[in-house]
Amino acid sequence: MEPAISFFSGFRAADLWFMAEAAWRTLLISGVSIVIGSLLGILFGWMLHEGRLLASLTLAPLLDVFRSVPLIIQLVLFYNFAPIAGLSLDPFASGAVVLTLYCASLVANVARGGIAAVGQPMRRAARSLGMTYWQDMRHVVLPIGGRAVFPSWVGVALGVMKDSALVSVLGYVELLKASQILITRTQEPFMILTLAGAFYFALSYPISRYSARLEARWAQ
Amino acid sequence: MFDYNFHWRPVIKSLPELLEAGLVTLQVAALSMVIGIVIGLGLALARLHLRGPLRWLATAWVEIARNTPALFQLFFFGFGMGAWGIHLSPFLIVLAGLSFNNAGYLAENFRGGFQAVPETQLRAARSLGMTVWQAYTRIVIPQVFRIVYYPLTNQMVWAVLMSSLGMLVGFRELSGETQFFASRTYRIFEYFAVTAIIYYVIVKIILGASRLAAWRLFRY
Repeated sequence: MEPAISFFSGFRAADLWFMAEAAWRTLLISGVSIVIGSLLGILFGWMLHEGRLLASLTLAPLLDVFRSVPLIIQLVLFYNFAPIAGLSLDPFASGAVVLTLYCASLVANVARGGIAAVGQPMRRAARSLGMTYWQDMRHVVLPIGGRAVFPSWVGVALGVMKDSALVSVLGYVELLKASQILITRTQEPFMILTLAGAFYFALSYPISRYSARLEARWAQ
Repeated sequence: MFDYNFHWRPVIKSLPELLEAGLVTLQVAALSMVIGIVIGLGLALARLHLRGPLRWLATAWVEIARNTPALFQLFFFGFGMGAWGIHLSPFLIVLAGLSFNNAGYLAENFRGGFQAVPETQLRAARSLGMTVWQAYTRIVIPQVFRIVYYPLTNQMVWAVLMSSLGMLVGFRELSGETQFFASRTYRIFEYFAVTAIIYYVIVKIILGASRLAAWRLFRY
């Protein structure tokens, strides 16, 4: 009798490389989204702060949508909408666009809070010393307000990094998707998942600890 | 551009099923919040008052829940448990994953809440002849509840959004149901657009209800 064909094969060294590549893809898509999303978010936050009525009627509800609809739905929607609008985007591009907007909508709130954290008397003092609006923004609001909300920004950035795992629904092989593929083949769920989880943890934990320590030091 | 014909009829026809699935989403999110609050309270108290392995365990729970993607946690309860021969149903996977995550995040909120209530309050209550149980349930917890009320509401919204991950483990809540219909009719965009609106409405209802409840609860 022939031996039964096995569909499964053990975990090999090459699989580690496969996971490392996937981890790099996780870092890539979250890095791109966090950088562009934060810049965009700061712009939105500034518009929310300065635009008052107009912005709170138009921009604020729009940004709110990104926070009220699950990211996974946003991803699927955009990925399927892009071809309708005549764009041909690969999973990376689609995922990066959605993650960037998602990140921007979260950072906008943080940035607005940061600008509002700088008291009106301080702003007036800066202007009455002869600073222009932008000098006041650059030399007064940025250092003081930025410091006040830096920990929240770190929280948002780490959140986006973790949420980047959802881009796997579009077929982008990031770390969790790679783990899933390997688990299907090797049938060793525990080890592979622990490896993937340890990667996220090793990235997120030290950064969040560092930011908590900075916050405590600045609070003094 | 835009030579795509939108077909909304199948979506309208399955709207009752989608709304019913929306109810499932609400149920699993609410249930995971109840479990999360109970465990989260335990974790917070363990981190504040205990020493040794129990405190260590609580800290590990909180840090893992907060520093790894929710999807990773869901996968862990999904096929990670398979390593020990435990196979949960899709509903239990989502419930366990969400409860684990909620407990971790809520524990930090509760810890902050407990620390914000001065210790003298407890001592004053005790010296008035209250037992520890009475002092906690009548003096400390009502004050903590006020502090954690808004974080609790936020976490409930997060739980609803996170439950959409059920789609990836085969659970037929709102997203899973949507995917089921979408893949049967190939009207992916239309289905997910309607689902996005349903999520938006659910989130707004939760926020509105919590604001209303807060107005009734915290009037004095």
